[in-house]
Amino acid sequence: MATTIANLKVGERGVIEDLDFDFVPLILLEMGCLPGIEVELIQIAPLQDPLYIRVNDSHLAIRKETAKHITIKKF
Amino acid sequence: MGKNETIKVALVGNPNTGKTSLFNQLTGLNQKVGNYPGITVEKKTGISKLDKNTSATIVDLPGTYSINPNTLDENIVLRTLLDKNHVDYPDVIVVVADIENIKRNLLLFSQIKDLQIPTILAINMSDQLAKKGISIDIEILKEDLKTKVILISARKNIGIDSLKKAILNCNYLNTKPLAVISNRIDADFFRKIKEKFPDQHLYQSWLNITQAENLNILKGDEKKAVQEFRKDGEKLKALQHKETILRYKQINDILKKNYKRDISKGTDLRSKLDKILIHKFYGYIIFGLILFVIFQSVFDLATVPMDFIDEAFAKLSNWTKGVMPHGKFTDLITEGVIPGIGGIVIFIPQIAILFLFVAILEETGYMSRVVFLMDKIMRKYGMSGKSVVPLISGTACAIPAIMAARNINGWKERLITILVTPFTTCSARLPVYAIIIALIIPQKRFLGIFSLQGLTLLTLYFIGFASALFSGYLLHKFLKVKSSSFFVIEMPNYKLPSLKNTLITVLEKTKEFVFGAGKIILAISIILWFLASNGPNDFKNAEEILKSESVNQNIDSDEYKQQLASYKLEHSYIGIMGKSIEPIIKPLGYDWKIGIALISSFAAREVFVGTLATIYSVGSNDENNTTIKQRMAAEINPETGGKQFNFPSGMSLLVFYAFAMQCMGTLAIVKRETNSWKWPLLQLFGMGILAYITAFITYTVLS
Repeated sequence: MATTIANLKVGERGVIEDLDFDFVPLILLEMGCLPGIEVELIQIAPLQDPLYIRVNDSHLAIRKETAKHITIKKF
Repeated sequence: MGKNETIKVALVGNPNTGKTSLFNQLTGLNQKVGNYPGITVEKKTGISKLDKNTSATIVDLPGTYSINPNTLDENIVLRTLLDKNHVDYPDVIVVVADIENIKRNLLLFSQIKDLQIPTILAINMSDQLAKKGISIDIEILKEDLKTKVILISARKNIGIDSLKKAILNCNYLNTKPLAVISNRIDADFFRKIKEKFPDQHLYQSWLNITQAENLNILKGDEKKAVQEFRKDGEKLKALQHKETILRYKQINDILKKNYKRDISKGTDLRSKLDKILIHKFYGYIIFGLILFVIFQSVFDLATVPMDFIDEAFAKLSNWTKGVMPHGKFTDLITEGVIPGIGGIVIFIPQIAILFLFVAILEETGYMSRVVFLMDKIMRKYGMSGKSVVPLISGTACAIPAIMAARNINGWKERLITILVTPFTTCSARLPVYAIIIALIIPQKRFLGIFSLQGLTLLTLYFIGFASALFSGYLLHKFLKVKSSSFFVIEMPNYKLPSLKNTLITVLEKTKEFVFGAGKIILAISIILWFLASNGPNDFKNAEEILKSESVNQNIDSDEYKQQLASYKLEHSYIGIMGKSIEPIIKPLGYDWKIGIALISSFAAREVFVGTLATIYSVGSNDENNTTIKQRMAAEINPETGGKQFNFPSGMSLLVFYAFAMQCMGTLAIVKRETNSWKWPLLQLFGMGILAYITAFITYTVLS
């Protein structure tokens, strides 16, 4: 099922399909957030934003506004 | 290598890889912090002895995830490594990688390797391989990465000797690129680049093109040619993405053969601590408690050394006065320079303690969690989670706090943070608050437990934070600044802070404050001294005028001396300035004497107390009125006949000091950091007007 990282629930995983580069900065790609890579939502900040994810062995926090432009295929 | 040679080494690596530990291990305390010419990013260099005849100059470049910079600090890496004429252009680069995030670390390595400078890969924390469930085959990795790979543990001093040996033999390293920048990205486009820049290697040209706005080193024809390639921005962006994807593909292919990781191992601590530290309820409670401990320590622990410093400088001044011949020069030293230096040194205990806490929070990995917890809240006020560090640091001193705002990625978020940080109650406001509160708030308890004086101080702190947030909100709404902000932070592993690293960081930051901000504070102190100790005719003839006015005076009596000092101050340039602003500050409940204190507060706010001490030294006939507080309490307002420091004027002063931008040091730093006079002037007038209006309302309502 295609969705975005912003719609994942804590503990859910998926594979990144596409990133909208008008909204996703290069640095996120450089930190390992690439198409074909598995991503897991580890935790959501208390006020529902930002999101704490694990991707390519890296643990990152990104804002929802970025996360909703990363399309994934949920497991 | 010949006799007494020096090899230039650059350390490059992701943040949180132990790069600084390695730097400390290689150089010991044989290091210094300077500034890169023209910019204010701190530059750490050190000397390391490699063998009998050879030493290495090591530059610890700022931590970065990529050679494509996102912050001022990261830009240094690009500028240093791309410019062959740069003073720090290295003979060899050591890329420090963390074993656990090897993939991401290798991305930076692959970019660096393509620069065709001899490059060594040092994989850190190799002592934890088993614990983390990782196995790695170094021999194969060496071959695939076309360079030397060394396993080290910077904290445990493992592998450092092999690394030194590799640096010694850096001339034999293979400088071939990993061959990613090539026809694989866009054959046609890159062929054109090569045709245009036949003498450069392709990656150099590619970075010149994609990072032109960050480089500024190109001139003339080369610049024109680069602009030509930059026409299609969208295409460049797409190519950069393709480049990154290809690099990762190559890294994955390489790691597949020789790197295995059992991810079930070694993630327990992270998830356990995360569950509590970023919990929706406990997370904030813990952060609140930590803040409380920090503030408590900054103020309580620092009092002892601060009192000591205060006394020591007063004694030093007196002693110098005694041993040096009378004259202008002695006055300059004893009344201008020594108190000026004292005014800087007195902040060291608080700043060092604060930096100690900040360093520990960063070293442990907790600071990233705070940023995570606070981001959403801070965004409402136009800032980022990363703004928390400057706002906390601002309670010691706004100057280092504003410098700490460099980590914030978006320009608008960074600018707002810089603009509102001076609202937080810095330690220079404390002596002013303390003395006025003591004068106007009774020493009573509220509900039997809370002291009224303490509550007032707490309220002032609260006002500081609240006005920082509120003005952030206004700036967020009304400031039209073009800026693309994004927020990507690493959530590093938790680890115990290393004592050595922490102490070195504290030492460095404190030194940076003393020699950076210190210079400004000292200069202003000297100017103010000059204005206070010089004046037109009435000042010069003070002694004759006073003698003729009071015939019976014994010119040796203390009373006369104080009267003379006060008369001189009144007729000095600063006294004249105080008098000339009196009409403006009268509606706030202040007289010209307070006016003088307001003006001299521009050196540093706490000068207020000392200035008033000098001004009110007159009229203390009463033997009991010896302390500044008693003198101030006894001061009569000639117009009302009541006390000068009564409740309305005292409250008005408290409010004024809470809001006014009375610190030239901060203004100078804001100018430096924003590269424009527009923003410090906005602070000066914006905060000044706010202070004036609120103080006026306070005084009018209360009296």
